[in-house]
Parts: sequence; structure tokens; C-alpha cells
Amino acid sequence: MVIWWLVNMASPDIRLDHGVIYSIISPESRVLDLGCGEGDLLYPLVRDKRVRAQGIELDDKAIQECVKKGLSVFHDDIEHSLREYPDNCFDYVILNQSMQEVKNVDFVINEALRIGSKVIVGFPNFAFIRSRFMLFLRGRAPITKPLPYLWFDTPNVRFLSIDDFKNFCAEKNIRIVEARYLGERRIVNFWPNLLALNAIFVLAKGNT
Amino acid sequence: MTETGTKIDIDKSVGVVEPQYYTYAGPGKEHKLESGEKLGPITLSYETYGKLNKEKTNAILALHALSGDAHAAGIHSGHDNKGWWDDMIGPGKAFDTNRYFVICSNVIGGCKGSTGPSSINEATGKPYALDFPFITIADMVHAQRHLIDYLGIDRLLCVTGGSMGGMQVLQWVASYPQRVRSAIPIATALKHSPQQIAFNEVVRQSIMADPAWREGNYYAYGQPEKGLAVARMIGHITFMSDQSMEEKFSRRLKSGRFSFGFDTDFEVEGYLHYRGANFVKRFDANSYLYITKAIDYFDLSGGRLIPGGKPIDTRFLVISFKSDWLYPSHQSQEIVRLLKRKRVDATYCELGTTYGHDAFLVEVEEQTTLIKHFLDKTFNGYLVVSEHGIS
Repeated sequence: MVIWWLVNMASPDIRLDHGVIYSIISPESRVLDLGCGEGDLLYPLVRDKRVRAQGIELDDKAIQECVKKGLSVFHDDIEHSLREYPDNCFDYVILNQSMQEVKNVDFVINEALRIGSKVIVGFPNFAFIRSRFMLFLRGRAPITKPLPYLWFDTPNVRFLSIDDFKNFCAEKNIRIVEARYLGERRIVNFWPNLLALNAIFVLAKGNT
Repeated sequence: MTETGTKIDIDKSVGVVEPQYYTYAGPGKEHKLESGEKLGPITLSYETYGKLNKEKTNAILALHALSGDAHAAGIHSGHDNKGWWDDMIGPGKAFDTNRYFVICSNVIGGCKGSTGPSSINEATGKPYALDFPFITIADMVHAQRHLIDYLGIDRLLCVTGGSMGGMQVLQWVASYPQRVRSAIPIATALKHSPQQIAFNEVVRQSIMADPAWREGNYYAYGQPEKGLAVARMIGHITFMSDQSMEEKFSRRLKSGRFSFGFDTDFEVEGYLHYRGANFVKRFDANSYLYITKAIDYFDLSGGRLIPGGKPIDTRFLVISFKSDWLYPSHQSQEIVRLLKRKRVDATYCELGTTYGHDAFLVEVEEQTTLIKHFLDKTFNGYLVVSEHGIS
């Protein structure tokens, strides 16, 4: 696994967030990827870690790409896709770079925690330093690598910072098992709310 | 299978094929139908394409829709009618006959070589007509299982079909899950809705209202042509979409002006007449009655598709079409919800074609991509898939 990690850290083809999530997921686990796109995250997991994977994706062209990779995908939107699953039927439910496009975040995360023992959430940090400069100095809505859209043409309906998300988890009694903060090319360890472009949280149900 | 290689493009077609016949359920061994009645002997007409491998692991059973037959691909000697799924079955096609052995058989109750109401009843020496027992989708599948046994195939790599063919796919999984490695039901449903039953009832009534139907005993006189043609016209309306009809006919007139009479004014009318008239030449009216009834009786909802708590390892690829209002996507999604609850490995895709229900026959490109790779993964696992690499 370490070798895979090193190889892929060096490879510009593998997204850093995918590498981090790959390293978190244990072999042969059951994984549901919400908004799996063309299956670039699930594919190495299935091939190398023999993960039992299911994707959910809305775009039918992306589904065709997934099927080309041998992945199983349901054509559905994230919010409607979760209800039928029994409790705890996945080891991991992944919501990577898709939460900001979800309208009913609270519901989706709750459902994900119901059907999965752990939930991996990855999202772009709106409080990243460059975003702050764009807003503060230039007075313009921030455009960054993980948030590249213009205000009038964006799929994103949620804009949140790392600290916002931590607050959300505390308020909803969601346990943060692990958090990783990502810069453009490497892991960020200091002041993540200011210096990280992306965050990846591993969540579990809180103690009730 | 023989190929002449003269008239047809061998690279893209399975070539000239010959219908084959298998007869079982002889005296004393009659097939007990779901209704409790017995039927025998039973003949199934079937065709095969490609070669069965030594391990007998590459067999695919293609299942036809209401008015289909065993002739799914290639041409018959002396005719140039291509099989109903010729675009999908052949060398390099979705069901690649260079790799797989594809079987298609005519359903019982049909009129294209398999035992049905127009067949001779050995007890009377006359066509069965309405003495033919009622058959169900499960009976059709039961008969196909006898054929698969006869061909020596223990486990099918895939069962596939659209519309009523998709119902047979689902029935195969319900009846013989251990014999189906993968299933591709297309544009189909777990059960007919009241709207679908209603269309079938109008179809049946139009046949039975024709005096030429003679309570089903028309074989000495000829088909109830008018009733059967109207029945087929209704069918064709439901197979197309509003948009595909607009594109195909719009309001175009046949002769450029109104006739101010009840002649054929619009192109769409001409098309329906043509389809109806063609159909009476090739399809038995009583078969249409029996098969539409079998479709209406079909119901695998409420846990009947995958009974019990046992997990099944059949993989699914479920396909629906956005413009199909006869078998709308929500019916395929109902299948998918069931598969989710049972944790079955499955893929579902709704394709955006405008062809309506006909899309399973004519939308080739996207179906091919999905089916080809799905089969590849089923047959080879990740040995082949890993060559794809990460993009």
C-alpha cells in the first residue's frame, strides 16, 4: 500500500483527495460512492483492494465510463438514492466533492450514517487563504481550483469552511473519527481552515 | 449455423442461420402449466449464434418481446429479413458472437415454430385454437429451461431481453437464480400496471370483435385481419414516443391536401395501416391473445423476484429509456429498488433516447457500450477490465 501511495503521489493523474481516501479504506470492505462520476476513485479500490463497490451517479455519460471500468452504478440523484438500503449495509459511504451540490445535506449525511458504519466526506474549503484574499482585497466571489465556477454557472449550492463543518458535526452529534487537510499537492498540517484547499473527514455516529 | 459469405458482410453479421427445433413433453410427460392444465408434446423453435465453449460458460439466452420470434440475428437462406436484434447480436456487437454463444427461442404460445394455439393438437388433428391452455411467463421460461438442459448448459452467462423479453429475464432469476450468472432486463416491469393491462385489453377486444375471428376457429378461413391489424396499430402507437412520431411524420399529408373523406390523409395513418397490414401476414391472432394475457398475469412484485433471505450472486444490468411511456423508467427503478434492498450487485442506467419503447430494438450505440462491458466484466472479471487503466 505504501508503494502504491508513493507511486500515486508522484503521478499527476491521481487526484490527491482520491489517494487519501484510497489509503483510508480497508481491503474487501463494502463501499458506496455518492456522486461517483466516471469511477476514478472506485476503480483502483475495486481492482487493488477488492472492495465491493457501488456507485451512484446522475450523468449517464459518466455511468457509461463506470461500466467500461467494470463498476456497478445506479443512475440516480444522491438524495433519492439512499432510502432503500438497509441499516449498516456498507462499511464506507463516500461523499467526495459532491456534498456542496446537495440541497438536503443534513438528510443525506444522516442517511449515509444510517446505511454505512463510516462516512467519508470530502469538500473544498471556502475559507482557504486565496479565497479570503479574493473576497477581502478584490471584492470578488472566490474562484479556486476545487471551486472553479463562476457565481452564475455553478452546480454548488453549499459554501462552507472546515470550521463550519466541524461545528455542524458537533451540533448534530456526529463523531469525527479522522480529518485530513489537503493543499494543492500535499497534506496540510497547520491552520487547515486557512491553508487547506480541501478537507476529508471520516465520520461515525455519535454517542447517544 | 452455415454461412454463405456471398450476400452479407461476414464481419458484421452472423450470416445465414437455420432455425432448429427441440421437442419434449411427449405422451405421459406433459408439461404441467401454472394454470394446472397440461400441455404436450411441446416444440420450441430456436436459433443459435457463435460457438459454445468447452466449459459451456459463454452461453447467452436472448428473449424476445410480444411479437418476436427465434430469429434474432442474421438472415435465413433465400430471405433478406434480418433478425429482430441483428444490430446487437453478431461479431463485435454488444452480444459478440466471436466470444459468446447466443441462443434465442420462440416462446410457447407463439406462432413462429413453437407450440401455440395455431399448432396442431395431436389429440384432434386440428389446430388448438382456444383449446390451447393459458400460458404464463413462468411457463415460457420453464420451457426454455428444458431447451437449455438439452443443450447441456448448466449456467447461463447472461439472460437478456426487452419488454416481455425483460419479464422472462426476471422470471429466469426468480425461477432458476443459480443458473443465471447475469441478467439484463431492458425496458420492462415487475408487473403490468392497470394502464398497460388496459392497452392489452383493447388489443384483445379489437381482435375478438372482428366477426372473422369466429371464437378463435378461423384457421380454415383465414385470419381476422381487420381486428388484428387494429390491434397492431394500437401497439405501434404505444411503442413510439410523442417526439419520435413528430420527427417521423409530423402532420405531413400523403397527397399534399385534405381528402375531406375518410381516406388516409396523414402519413402517420398510412404508417399504421402499413404496419397493421404487414402484421396480419406474419402473426397469429390467437397467439396475440394468449401472449398479451400472459404478460398481464405476470407479477414478480412483493418479494417474488428474489424470494427468501438467501443472497443471490446474479449480477444485473437494468436499462430503461427516458421517452418510453409504455414501460416508463419508474418501473425499472422499482426493480432496482428491490435489488438494492437485497444487496444484489447491479447497474441501472436510463438512456436519454427519444425512440420510446422501441428504443430497445433501435438504440444501438449506448446499449452496446453498457452491455459489452458489463458482459466483459461478468465473463472475465478484472483480468480484462484492468487493461482499461485509470484515466
